[in-house]
Amino acid sequence: MKPADQPPADRMAQKLLLVDVSSKELTHGRIRDLPRFLRSNDVLVVNDAATLPGSLRAASDTDRRYEIRLLSHRRGTEWDAVLFGEGDWRSPTECRPAVEGVCVGTRLSCAEDLSADVIRVSDVSSRLVTIRFRQDGPAMWSAIYRLGSPIQYSYLSHALDLWSVQTAYGSRPWAAEMPSAGRPLSWELLRSLMRQGIGVSWVTHETGLSSTGDQVLDGLLPLPERFEIPDVTVHAIHVAKSRGGRIIAVGTSVVRALEGSMTLHDGRLVSGSGETDLKIRKGYTRQVVDGLLTGMHDPSESHFRLLEAFAEPELLCQAHSAAEDAGYRSHEFGDSCLVLSETGLGIPLAKVA
Amino acid sequence: MRLEGKSALITGASQGLGRALALGLAEAGVKIALVARQHGPLEETVHEIRHRGGTAYGISADIGDKRAIYPVAGQAAALIGPISLLINNASTLGPTPLPLLLDTDCEDLESTLATNTVGPFRLIKAVLGSMMLRGEGVIVNISSDAAVVPYPRWGPYSASKAALDHLTRIWAEELSHDQDSPVRLFSVDPGEMNTKMHADAMPDADPATLAAPAVIAGKIMSMIRQSDEIENGARLVATEWEEACDEAS
Repeated sequence: MKPADQPPADRMAQKLLLVDVSSKELTHGRIRDLPRFLRSNDVLVVNDAATLPGSLRAASDTDRRYEIRLLSHRRGTEWDAVLFGEGDWRSPTECRPAVEGVCVGTRLSCAEDLSADVIRVSDVSSRLVTIRFRQDGPAMWSAIYRLGSPIQYSYLSHALDLWSVQTAYGSRPWAAEMPSAGRPLSWELLRSLMRQGIGVSWVTHETGLSSTGDQVLDGLLPLPERFEIPDVTVHAIHVAKSRGGRIIAVGTSVVRALEGSMTLHDGRLVSGSGETDLKIRKGYTRQVVDGLLTGMHDPSESHFRLLEAFAEPELLCQAHSAAEDAGYRSHEFGDSCLVLSETGLGIPLAKVA
Repeated sequence: MRLEGKSALITGASQGLGRALALGLAEAGVKIALVARQHGPLEETVHEIRHRGGTAYGISADIGDKRAIYPVAGQAAALIGPISLLINNASTLGPTPLPLLLDTDCEDLESTLATNTVGPFRLIKAVLGSMMLRGEGVIVNISSDAAVVPYPRWGPYSASKAALDHLTRIWAEELSHDQDSPVRLFSVDPGEMNTKMHADAMPDADPATLAAPAVIAGKIMSMIRQSDEIENGARLVATEWEEACDEAS
């Protein structure tokens, strides 16, 4: 499928393919038709993480050049990050040179007021490191925002500005890459859903990188990610389930947060924060999420594996071909797909904390 | 809105009314992200708040620069959590002494609108969605009586504030027209205060006749506390606020 090579002018006009799992029917629409595909008491759960300007250029003391991609804010000044060798975003990640000369103790300097020390190198890949910035608090954040740019995509026609990678409701900058399933959701659309009695709730989930350029590391994606589920969302899910409503995750990160919380708490949905290493794929029995609004994913992608926890691969491949024939676009700024299972996969009420 | 424990973003926070609001809100238990162009005065205010036991962080930025907006919103949320109170207080008079409109450079009108109208618009766009999603928020846009009265020589400033007032009304109207809005917006005419901006505009004014910023900040805090009872999009006059409260009681 062809990727969308720039943010669309009219997000409400983006294509939306409804994949009905029980009837196996495919319905073509536009994102503005979303209220028609859902019903009162359903709850849409979005990820309200804002997107970081997480790509930083750095040099080591021996003057080797790197790109640092911030992956996850561990605590204080510590971040997990993926390093790329010299080159820029116009090269696909898999064509970027391997990282050489980095070990524990390597100092990476971005500018006079921002530098970091490598404090851990992963056994899996020398690209995956933990770094500790020498600046903390407001000084660290201010320098990241001044020097960083959002992670770029080689298929785009021009570089992305920070405002191009935000959703209409983002708040804390927890996302290494844009939680892109929510990007087509305008407030016009969200308010029309609310008018129709469809709930809109949120989690905050640290979305990681979609690609690291290292096959072994890519095979491990997604890495463990942090999430936070507020009381009001647990309550909204509880109420929706008791009324026969469905829980629709906007993006795979939301599936991971909600199902991850259930897994961490013995099948109970619990508010608060946590970290999940849950891998959702074919054969995974969903405990809380009934549907997924997501981008268009090729059968070769890891996101496609997650979709297989919602629908049979045959139906998903059929949906993918139908979308391709109808001119759908893929990737971060592309069209959308709503995979809906009828109902009943929900958790028994007693199991909602 | 209950203030304690909330997170507030205040622009133009290093001096005058913005500084007084930052000090007052921090005293009431609000975590504050202060925005101003000048790092030095900003850090002084941050230190004063911390010295008094409050939580505050300074972000140096020019609200008139569109590239500054998402960095400000992102840094603020990273440092103090999701923003539930935004006070658009930063503004510029344009060149002083204030020229006649006929002598005003077009570029000065543009830059005044960029700081006083478009900057707040952008910042509201960057935080209002999160407030709507989370079901709580108050946005205060600091206006002026110049937004209503056509004072000679105040052209760019007046027009920028009139536009901000009207945007506030329309925003509130759009949020409230068919659903209860969890977010309240209002604009406040703070009246004449003893500030650097007032001295720049009217150097001959007697400071003794002007209100102290801390007094006006107290009134605005009272408005924020009572924001649920204020008509969404209202334009409030700080000097009339006490009288309004007295009538109510």
